[in-house]
Amino acid sequence: MSLNDLSSLASPLSAQQVEALKQLSAQLTPVQLAWVSGYLAATANATPTAVAAVETNSKLTILYGSQTGNSRGVATELANQAKAAGLAVNLVSMGDYNSRNLKQETLLAVVVSTQGEGEAPDDAIELHKFLASKRAPKLDGVRYAVLSLGDSSYEFFCQTGKEFDERLAKLGAEPLLPRVDCDLDYQQASETWQSEVIAAAKPLLVQSSSASAASPSVPFAETTSQYSKQQPYTAEIMVSQKLTSRDSVKDTRHVEIDLGDSGITYQPGDALGVYFSNDDVLVDSLLSAWQLDGATSVTVGKDSVSLKQALLEQKELTQLYPGLVKFWAEQSQAKELLAIVEDKTQTREFVRSHQVADLQQLYPLSKIEAQTLVDALRPLTPRLYSIASAQSEVDSEVHLTVGLVADERNGEVRYGGASRFLSYAEEGAAVKVYVEPNKHFRLPENPQTPVIMIGPGTGVAPFRAFMQQRASQDDAGQNWLFFGNPHFEQDFLYQTEWQQYLKSGVLSKISLAFSRDQQEKIYVQHRIKQQGAEVWQWLQQGAHLYLCGDADRMAKDVQQALIEVVAEYGEMDQTAASDWLEQLRAAGRFQKDVY
Amino acid sequence: MSEQKLAANEYIKARSRHLRGTIEEGIADPVTGAISEDDVQVLKFHGTYMQDDRDLRNERKEQKLEPLYSFMLRARVAGGVCSAEQWLAVDDISRQLTTSNSIRLTTRQTFQYHGIPKRNLKALVQGLDRATLDAIAACGDVNRNVMCNPNPVQSELHAEVYEIAKHLSEHMLPHTQAYAEIWLDKEKLLSTEEEVEPIYGDTYLPRKFKMAVAIPPDNDVDVYTNDFGLIAVEENGQLVGFNLTAGGGMGSTHGEVETFPRLADDFGFINKADVIKFAEAVVTTQRDWGNRVNRKRARLKYTIVDHGYDNFKAEVEKRAGVKFQPKRDVVLYDRGDRFGWVKGIDDQWHLTFFIECGRIKDEPGKMLQTGLREIAKVHKGDFRMTANQNMIIAGVPESEKDRIEAMAREYGLLGDVLTTTREHSIACVALPTCPLAMAESERYFPEFMTKVEALQAKHGISELPIVVRMTGCPNGCARPFAAEIGLVGKAPGRYNLYLGASFEGTRLNKMVRENIQEAEILAELDGLFGRYASERNADESFGDFVVRIGVVKAVIDAAKDFHG
Repeated sequence: MSLNDLSSLASPLSAQQVEALKQLSAQLTPVQLAWVSGYLAATANATPTAVAAVETNSKLTILYGSQTGNSRGVATELANQAKAAGLAVNLVSMGDYNSRNLKQETLLAVVVSTQGEGEAPDDAIELHKFLASKRAPKLDGVRYAVLSLGDSSYEFFCQTGKEFDERLAKLGAEPLLPRVDCDLDYQQASETWQSEVIAAAKPLLVQSSSASAASPSVPFAETTSQYSKQQPYTAEIMVSQKLTSRDSVKDTRHVEIDLGDSGITYQPGDALGVYFSNDDVLVDSLLSAWQLDGATSVTVGKDSVSLKQALLEQKELTQLYPGLVKFWAEQSQAKELLAIVEDKTQTREFVRSHQVADLQQLYPLSKIEAQTLVDALRPLTPRLYSIASAQSEVDSEVHLTVGLVADERNGEVRYGGASRFLSYAEEGAAVKVYVEPNKHFRLPENPQTPVIMIGPGTGVAPFRAFMQQRASQDDAGQNWLFFGNPHFEQDFLYQTEWQQYLKSGVLSKISLAFSRDQQEKIYVQHRIKQQGAEVWQWLQQGAHLYLCGDADRMAKDVQQALIEVVAEYGEMDQTAASDWLEQLRAAGRFQKDVY
Repeated sequence: MSEQKLAANEYIKARSRHLRGTIEEGIADPVTGAISEDDVQVLKFHGTYMQDDRDLRNERKEQKLEPLYSFMLRARVAGGVCSAEQWLAVDDISRQLTTSNSIRLTTRQTFQYHGIPKRNLKALVQGLDRATLDAIAACGDVNRNVMCNPNPVQSELHAEVYEIAKHLSEHMLPHTQAYAEIWLDKEKLLSTEEEVEPIYGDTYLPRKFKMAVAIPPDNDVDVYTNDFGLIAVEENGQLVGFNLTAGGGMGSTHGEVETFPRLADDFGFINKADVIKFAEAVVTTQRDWGNRVNRKRARLKYTIVDHGYDNFKAEVEKRAGVKFQPKRDVVLYDRGDRFGWVKGIDDQWHLTFFIECGRIKDEPGKMLQTGLREIAKVHKGDFRMTANQNMIIAGVPESEKDRIEAMAREYGLLGDVLTTTREHSIACVALPTCPLAMAESERYFPEFMTKVEALQAKHGISELPIVVRMTGCPNGCARPFAAEIGLVGKAPGRYNLYLGASFEGTRLNKMVRENIQEAEILAELDGLFGRYASERNADESFGDFVVRIGVVKAVIDAAKDFHG
């Protein structure tokens, strides 16, 4: 954008300032302009430093620990609102936070999720441990608020958030407001919490408010672009190409999306958030099962839309949550389901393996009000896909590797919402997207640092992005990929591209595990162990290690294989090897993107 | 004169260190299902061709997958004879290590496996080795599988001729240890410099070399289509020697008139004790005289044409150290098989099945593969593969005959009523696996034959056998140029039509229509069958008839009159 297009509405400048700037700039040559811009930038940069020095004790520090981006999203929203309310804000990932600053904080807002069986997300592990350690400082005088995200079908619901709350209190910090534990449908509760935090924080930080208000209120954007989860960009799907062969039992797609002139940028390692529409056929069959008219008007949030529209675009039909199962049990009074909701483990298992259509098939509801139904259904949430391209290669495109979820149950195929949408998208179809940055999955800053990439199945996606990035650098370091899938002939995702990268030398080494091509099943973890000596050698030479893909089994098996490799070749016991890997992780040399 | 540049394959052979190449490294590379181009050439000498599913090429390219590579392995089974125990092993291997779920009988009395993934090749060769079978020199620029009439009726004569054929096959094997080293984990030679190829030398032959042995009156092996042929001569039921033929071969290239199919010349009679001497003489003359510059002109047939019959004959006699005697009178008659039960002079029974296009597989109602397997479990005799891609269950005692017949009927091996024309027909593999194919053959031929049969029925000549053969390209695996009706693929759905070969395989056919589709082929045949029905002489074959009425000129000297 040139200065001549600048308007006071779209900038922090007043109309007079804009006019003055336009007049001045019109008189300057390009060289003079460049010269002036340097001075202006330097002046601008100098200001916050001075302010920051004064404000050290009077800002709201928002710490987030996020695995899939939800906590980061909530924390970012809080930061933006706090800024808008005139508060000085410091938004930072727990993974990047220097724990020595803790005792200087005035006001701490913590947003953290809980993984699996009560574990902290990767970027929170260190701080979480630190707070329970002897090195943790006294935090008298620090006020804090905790928002925990979790899934109530798990036994250790919001465990990490609870522990942060306990540990902060134990160190002497004082709660600003009671902790809030959120379930999968966290949106409303988190919004309330955000307003409460701001309301409670304002009087405490009042001295700094005037200084903050004077500084331009640039929102904390997740990317440099104006598009976000709240305001996604409507992009165009250009290609949805099957990657697995016709004889494969898997259906994995390569999807190319055109970001047009949105200006959206991303880094290898980032994820793309994708909003999708539910299957038209599915919606029609549900409507007919419920004997409801799709044209019926319903209220979703503040809007009035048709029931069909709500089901297509706004409500989750392919992922359940415990609340809905409970609702369904009460509505249907089905004994079996009532028994399931009594037991958390059973509920969790049920949620994991069923969809709304299964509920309807197994425990039919017939006389139900359209609005009651819509209220019970969760809002449709976008799905995150690890980006499979680098902009150095594809410019304004973004590529995804999508595994189509299609499970046959009771003679019916149940598709995953987003994967079906992307897999069967026609060329030119519209899709709402945004970039979800992942600072904790990044190529090494030094392009010559060797990398080991472990990405079986669709976990290979970010490594395609990594290779594209490194292919564009002449002096890139060594790259080693571990890939696996069921069959060599059917499921070797991006085979011809890896062959080219090997030929051109961008990829130094590839280790393949096709589990079903021989009698004994061979997975990537077996290859890692077989190549243990060399893996250890690469790590000794400073290689960064990356792991992407299935969190449930693969990631655990790979982790164990790595521990064994470290133990064997580093000549240490299992505990020491495990610590060694943990140090590697803490140093940012072992990064995971598992789901 | 500066050194002439040889054909590319000559350098590959020379570099291969007696057929080793870099096959082992190529097999071990897990990133591709293929091996290098040079190794593809070397691997042929190990009986194996690299292929890919041509139906899937474009689809897989879009899927960012390489072509669906697999390997075809052709076994070397001299005379086409396997024990029942060997057949069980052959069957096991096809089920466990190939993706085609079938066994393909070939026109050279052996079987081949299609759809072998690279990672299974070694296990497959080892499996064959355990069953004392191999694929050494089943392809490549060497002598390949030696064919021999499997006729079990005259069993004493057959047994003696078969032993000679087998001996010939073994004598002509390359001496390199490459096969044993690569596939059977035999300890590697430190240096291949000491290794000697006594017959072939370091660069083997200029081109493939085919041998066949016929026992009159059967000419099922199509002896004149071979580089080297022996026709058994008997006196009072005893084998005395052979008429030697040389210089036959089918392969040619569309549009290149310097290439042509050719039937072998008769060179005269030799005593049975001199077979090896003459065979070595012919092979080594071809080794030294054959064209190593132009691969398309490298077969023995061109060597004889280029150097002259008399010069070649003199050289062979010189190398053999024996002169040819005048050729003896023999009568070759039928190139087909004797279907159904036949009783041999030793009172054993032999059952010949028609296997359509030689493809042994299981289909609903026709469980050919399972049927043969079940028979192999109880049968004490042997299995013989014929030159027409059919199968003989040989050596069944009277007491077992009913049981074998019942099993054959149960699995659909017997029971179809077939016309004699279909029984004489053969087709090559072609699409989707053969890299040379320009048109369909095996997948289309059965349906085409049904239409030919309908035309014969229409004109009331169903009982007259006509030799019909189809190939997907002009390389001639199904010997189409020796067929009374030959169809050679030109493009998808398009064939050249050749007519006028003799029924017994002593005269080639000639092209009458180029690049035509099914409707035109059938229209052409409809007209000719009509005339054949009304105008033929007594006992006149269709091939002779079309020549007599002037539809096509007889081919007498292929080098001069096959084209034009």
